[in-house]
Amino acid sequence: MSVMVDAPAIELGDVGMSFALPDGVLEVLRGITLTVRQGEFVSLLGPSGCGKSTLLRVIADILPPTQGHAAVLGASPAEARRTRALGMVFQQPVLLPWLSAEENVALPLRIGGWGAHHTPSASPEALLRLVGLEGFNRAHPRQLSGGMQQRVAIARALVSDPKVLLMDEPFGALDAITRDRLNEELLRIWGQVRRTVVFVTHSIAEAVYLSMRVVVMSPRPARIRKIVEIDLPYPRQPKMKDTPEFTRYSAELRAALEDAS
Amino acid sequence: MTAGPAAAPVRGAEAAAASPVASRALDRDNPARRTLLSLLGILAVLALWQAVMVVFKVPHFIAATPLETAGALRDQAKTLAINAWPTILETIGGFVAGNVIAIVIAIGFVHNRTFRHTVYPLAVAVRTLPIVAISPILVLLLGNGYAPKIAIAALITFFPTLVNMVDGLNAVDAQAQELMHVLSATKWEVFRYLRWPTSLPYLFSALRIASTASLLGAIVAEWIGSNKGLGYLILAATYDYRTPLLYATMAVASALALALFGVISLLENYLVPWRRTGGTP
Repeated sequence: MSVMVDAPAIELGDVGMSFALPDGVLEVLRGITLTVRQGEFVSLLGPSGCGKSTLLRVIADILPPTQGHAAVLGASPAEARRTRALGMVFQQPVLLPWLSAEENVALPLRIGGWGAHHTPSASPEALLRLVGLEGFNRAHPRQLSGGMQQRVAIARALVSDPKVLLMDEPFGALDAITRDRLNEELLRIWGQVRRTVVFVTHSIAEAVYLSMRVVVMSPRPARIRKIVEIDLPYPRQPKMKDTPEFTRYSAELRAALEDAS
Repeated sequence: MTAGPAAAPVRGAEAAAASPVASRALDRDNPARRTLLSLLGILAVLALWQAVMVVFKVPHFIAATPLETAGALRDQAKTLAINAWPTILETIGGFVAGNVIAIVIAIGFVHNRTFRHTVYPLAVAVRTLPIVAISPILVLLLGNGYAPKIAIAALITFFPTLVNMVDGLNAVDAQAQELMHVLSATKWEVFRYLRWPTSLPYLFSALRIASTASLLGAIVAEWIGSNKGLGYLILAATYDYRTPLLYATMAVASALALALFGVISLLENYLVPWRRTGGTP
């Protein structure tokens, strides 16, 4: 493993991304420079379709940037991916419908024989317990609600002990009540596993409530407009949402977003 | 581990979808009721058919009544069985050969673009040839035995399976592919864990079509040149005006097709439980 223990979790230097389309070039990202410390919870906030998901895919080595460079734990994203330093949760749960919840969580251990060469700190069963799905080990995705499926996806992302968890609007497709509940759960899980989290969202409240820092992005081509430190103590409580500080942060982010669009 | 998801504690807002099966199995979808209704439908048609034949005094050599057909099924059981056997062999042989070739080629298509661009148009071209026209050609090439019949049954099943299988193997979700990429899965692992299971519902849709089509292929092939088989029996009974035997042969052929269809549906329910089609005929 050539990932470095004391390196920043993520370093982006002047990252740019353009896609060649039949009728020209689509520039999605421009000049993104950002450092995420280890153990930090950072949200990328921006309007839909601005390119925040693309940025996440650059970090995950799904898309190579057309400009600049990206590093995860001091190594290239490809290296980080191969050593399973990265875990990813998508907008949809993307569970395999023919596998049970526990088998879905264990999938990363089967691929590449990972489980045979490494001892994960938590078994798939323990992870299902961690995400609040004890007793659902043998349930199949079709028997689970959207929120429960996304919990399974989070457990799956954690099973090979990634240092960095990338989350691409993971609760965007859920109703508001389930979303609030899963925000609580995510903070509780994060409090226990303390990984670096990069969380993409277009909800201001979600970004403020979860994050240590919120990165506000402009519409396409996405640039970093503002980085706001959220100086609220953890563990966070739902009642914090009614405090003047919370409202002030929300207003600040909203202003930055409006400025951006 | 508790008895199942429905028995375990569920949490507030998320519990809604946890037991989707329980509330659905009410009167209307009751399997016994459904079977009864379809049997009643068949009985009604048979009764009407018998009545029309008797009332309008239709001669025996033009059309047989349900009762005459039943009589032929009983009296000619041995002839029917002797001739059903080769047709069964040809159908199953053609079904297996045609589908295996189609699946293998579809897998090749998905993994090799050049292969796909070379062979797909060829496969489509073969499809456009009318099966009735190819049959004599194959009989000339392959002789009078089982081979041309199996070849034709295979040919007729090949195309639907190929097309469905290519679609099925490509029907993988984009995010699922990204997941596989993040996990650094090899091409083989993507196939084994993602593409192949994703394609199974598509494959079974094709197999259900192929099950009846392969029987059709075998019968058509027997018309061209054969002295046994259900196809042969159909021709012989027609020329001899043994109309009840003709009808009985049709009944046997139809029962065979249904049986094959049923086996495929059972297999599907067993192998693809995450997508039950409810394909009761």
